[in-house]
Amino acid sequence: MNPVVMQLTVRGLLGRRRSLLLVILPALLLGLAGLTRWGSHADVGASAGLVGNFALGTLLPLMCLLIGTGVIGPEIDDGSIVYLLNKPVPRRTILLSKLAVALATTLVFAVLPIAASAAVAGDDHFKLTGAYGLAALLAGIAYTTIFVALSVLTRNAVIIGLLYALLWEGVLGGYVPGVKDVSVRQWALAPAEHLLDAADAAGWGVTSAVSVTVGVTMLAVVVLGAGWIAIGKLKTLRLAAAE
Amino acid sequence: MSSQPIVPAVPAQPAAAEDVIHDIGFRHYDGVRFGRGWIVRSLLVDTLRGIFGLGRPARAKVMPWILVGILLAPPLVVALVAVLTGATSLPITYTEYLSRLWLPIALFVAGSAPYAVSRDLRYGVLPLYMSRPMVRTDYVWARYGGLAIAMFLITAGPQTLLLIGALLAKMPVGDQLTGWLGGLLASAVLAVLLSAIGLVIAAFTPRRGLGVAAIITTLLVVQGISEALSRVARLQGATTWAVLAGAIDPSRLVDGLAAKILDVTPASQFAPTTGGEVAVFVLVYVVLVAGAGALLLRRYRKAGRL
Repeated sequence: MNPVVMQLTVRGLLGRRRSLLLVILPALLLGLAGLTRWGSHADVGASAGLVGNFALGTLLPLMCLLIGTGVIGPEIDDGSIVYLLNKPVPRRTILLSKLAVALATTLVFAVLPIAASAAVAGDDHFKLTGAYGLAALLAGIAYTTIFVALSVLTRNAVIIGLLYALLWEGVLGGYVPGVKDVSVRQWALAPAEHLLDAADAAGWGVTSAVSVTVGVTMLAVVVLGAGWIAIGKLKTLRLAAAE
Repeated sequence: MSSQPIVPAVPAQPAAAEDVIHDIGFRHYDGVRFGRGWIVRSLLVDTLRGIFGLGRPARAKVMPWILVGILLAPPLVVALVAVLTGATSLPITYTEYLSRLWLPIALFVAGSAPYAVSRDLRYGVLPLYMSRPMVRTDYVWARYGGLAIAMFLITAGPQTLLLIGALLAKMPVGDQLTGWLGGLLASAVLAVLLSAIGLVIAAFTPRRGLGVAAIITTLLVVQGISEALSRVARLQGATTWAVLAGAIDPSRLVDGLAAKILDVTPASQFAPTTGGEVAVFVLVYVVLVAGAGALLLRRYRKAGRL
């Protein structure tokens, strides 16, 4: 970790229009959670519906995409990454510093609001908050790492990331059963399901297509693999001419 | 060369055309100039071609055509199944198609709108466009027109594929043609709205990648919010509000309008039914398109960088 690189990354990530979206989206989620509480009289099922579908299924991948592609992608695109790369700092350190900033931002702007929204929308002794908080944390780490790696690997990181998070996980997962086994969301939901009583988990729809062991292992493999690939790619980065 | 015996360093006749900034003595073009309309037409055609990656490097062709493939796959399957099983009606209507495949459609506009406007802003080349006999509204109209036509094509194509499948399966020609024309109308209405929204967001987010993410985030989050609002309103028994919450989501807005005007089955369970609700939908549509257009033109009043 290099404090200067981290500081620069924070400034690049939060000092621009991107930060506007990062603040508006959690605020909208909390507003909706309040409305749901009012509409459903703090029913845990409605709360689980809102957080499980909208927050975990749509908002979390989008937030992670905004953050993950914001820490290193713009610098690669405009070529200013060379000024960072030719400093006597190991590229591993550069990537890990940026990744650390991205993960911290995800925690603050995505994971905590999602857990809070479950508590706001209606909860039974913070059981749902804990379960969805854990799922959001695990999924957030995985999504952010994947999207950081993608933005080092390709210029189309945003669209590829969206195709994966929304089309693959969201739409195809509903039709083709096997697709669900290869899904960050399902992996992250497995420990969350385990955290709740079987009756609660089934009643609130906190269910996963994979077992806890598979889920946690796959998450670890994906996070470490994505980080490793990203470092490897940054070591041999070739800057393409601007289109 | 001219018949003058001495060629002066400075042209002997300084009464050159008024649009010359520096005349350093190169040979002039005296032919016919196509003028403003032709420039707009060229820019529009260039936008349309560029969105599909034509005339750009191979890696720019990948994304649009993957999305076109995703959009064409379901109608192809539906058409094949209809022909092979001899079905008597399509399992999906022409307007329903737009709602079911909302995600790839939204992704397409998110990918194309930044291509159309963000690069010119990012590299600060707008003054070069404006130094031609073209005004800023022409630029906006050409870019907007190109994007809207592209959006229409990517939805009208699959709908036409559905029609071909239906006709090959010997479904009633009259009904299918009416449905198809209605679907095309809905596509056009959707293209006009989506392109306007996409271009505004892209024009305010010139950084690469951010525009794409901002457009898709806006479209999907608005959809999620409108669904959550509808659910809350239904729980509270406020059916009218459940319907009206759909007006903020472009997909449900166009679906509701199409269902009412064309008298087809809506894809959403909260489609407008009463005259008042339809009026609100029409009003929201007009306000969205006009507002986005006004914002765009305002954005280009200062045609420099950010």
